[in-house]
Amino acid sequence: MSGLHGTLRAFPTLLRVGFMDAVAYRAELLVWTLATTMPLVMLALWTTVAADGPIGRYGQPQFIAYFLATFIVRQLTGSWAFYEMNFEVRSGTLAMRLLRPVHPLWAYAAENLAALPMRFLVSLPVAAIALAWVGGRAVTHEPLLWVLFALSLLGSWLITLFVNFAVGCLSFFIESSMKLMDTWLVFFFVLSGYLIPVDLFPLGVRALVDWLPFRYQIGLPVELMTGAHGTAHALTLLGRQWMWVAIGLGTTSVLWRSGLRRFAAYGG
Amino acid sequence: MRYARLLLMQLRASMLLALQYRADFLLDGFVEIFWMVPAIVPLAVVFRVRPSLGDWSFGEALMVVGWFTFLQGVLEGVINPSLVTVVDHIRKGTLDFVLLKPADAQFLVSTARFQPWQCVNVFTAVGIFVWGFVVLGRGPTAADIGVAAVAMVAAVAALYSLWILTVSAAFYVVRIDNLSQLFNAVFDAARWPVSVFPRVVRLLFTFVVPLALMTTYPARALLGTLPATTLAAALGGAILAFAVARVVWNASIARYTSAGG
Repeated sequence: MSGLHGTLRAFPTLLRVGFMDAVAYRAELLVWTLATTMPLVMLALWTTVAADGPIGRYGQPQFIAYFLATFIVRQLTGSWAFYEMNFEVRSGTLAMRLLRPVHPLWAYAAENLAALPMRFLVSLPVAAIALAWVGGRAVTHEPLLWVLFALSLLGSWLITLFVNFAVGCLSFFIESSMKLMDTWLVFFFVLSGYLIPVDLFPLGVRALVDWLPFRYQIGLPVELMTGAHGTAHALTLLGRQWMWVAIGLGTTSVLWRSGLRRFAAYGG
Repeated sequence: MRYARLLLMQLRASMLLALQYRADFLLDGFVEIFWMVPAIVPLAVVFRVRPSLGDWSFGEALMVVGWFTFLQGVLEGVINPSLVTVVDHIRKGTLDFVLLKPADAQFLVSTARFQPWQCVNVFTAVGIFVWGFVVLGRGPTAADIGVAAVAMVAAVAALYSLWILTVSAAFYVVRIDNLSQLFNAVFDAARWPVSVFPRVVRLLFTFVVPLALMTTYPARALLGTLPATTLAAALGGAILAFAVARVVWNASIARYTSAGG
């Protein structure tokens, strides 16, 4: 693998290729977007539940803001690198990537990043509808919290990416890594705030959720955007999120290095 | 008769394939049981803050989750494995070999792959029903169980038709690795009684994507509160969906031009 300099030089091109790829496979993006409309279903459900009065700090407008924000955050921080890695490891086509002078993980990351403009296009109308529907009340007015929100969004994306990478690297070792990814997704759906805002969990579960990575994949950016936390608490949570980013980075690099040694490029 | 024998053969092949990887077989069975948890947790959270959801109590809502788990077994055990196989065939162009075989192509792709360990879901579903009836403090009558079984046949037919329509889409949109994810995502909403949704969504889930037919009606049947007219409508709807799926499938097959085409 060539050094950082080469990667940096190649990065704009990788992004351009990735963007063209995203444009070429618009239909796939549409399918994926439709597959991630779960927050809108939960929005419908929770607003019905909240019809007879607020639950915790959530009335109907808060639920609407929460789940529309959830939809947007998922659009912007989603990653599917695992499926590509898994496929390329099993079919042996990863060998082709290894020949290129750019680290494969950087290439996957670039592909993910490059699809963002198209995803932004999908999220923009939702954001507009959200603002029109609930007005500006439901989002935070603290400029500092918006800065923290941006940081947390980056953190969410990185955690999701590293999870994809780490489980993807496990494809080097075990055959059923797909099942493992599915299991991760199940935990992710339940504990990340994707289906249920985490502050509606019983206290014991919440304490656990605070330390698990899932909540930092979706919940934290959404909470920051909707002004659920004061600055001090937001900073604490952000610290924990970036702790998980660091853990993800460490796990990924260890697994990648030891996994690559086992890679035999079947059929390649 | 020929088709029954063919089905048995396809089943046997899948069974042998599954038994080849015994460790996976056990692991997958275990993971399946464990997956009941995320189906129950949101429900438990809702009923922690509210005694009832719409006109459903906790015990009644558990019936819906039970049928949801059951159908998930059908989905993961019969439908999705075949879906993955067909989409792969279409992408690689090897569907030609399926089409050349002297049997109905829709039948062949529908029975291409089974995942036998998904039977676990049936037992999990029964467990959830028992739990639900314990919460309700009563049991179902034999007649209710019979009606529920009929409603379930309609549900499986609807689910299957929806699946054939999804596969047909794969002929038009080539790179669809995540088609099964879309299917799962839509189906996920079926774990809630359809009456808890606002009107527009409820209509959508009754007539466009018939989730109501899949889990809410069988649950109502089991509780003995499903009107006969609704059951008749559900059966009619299932037959209609089946016919539409058949027509669309034939149209898509006619359009298929093999790989690189």
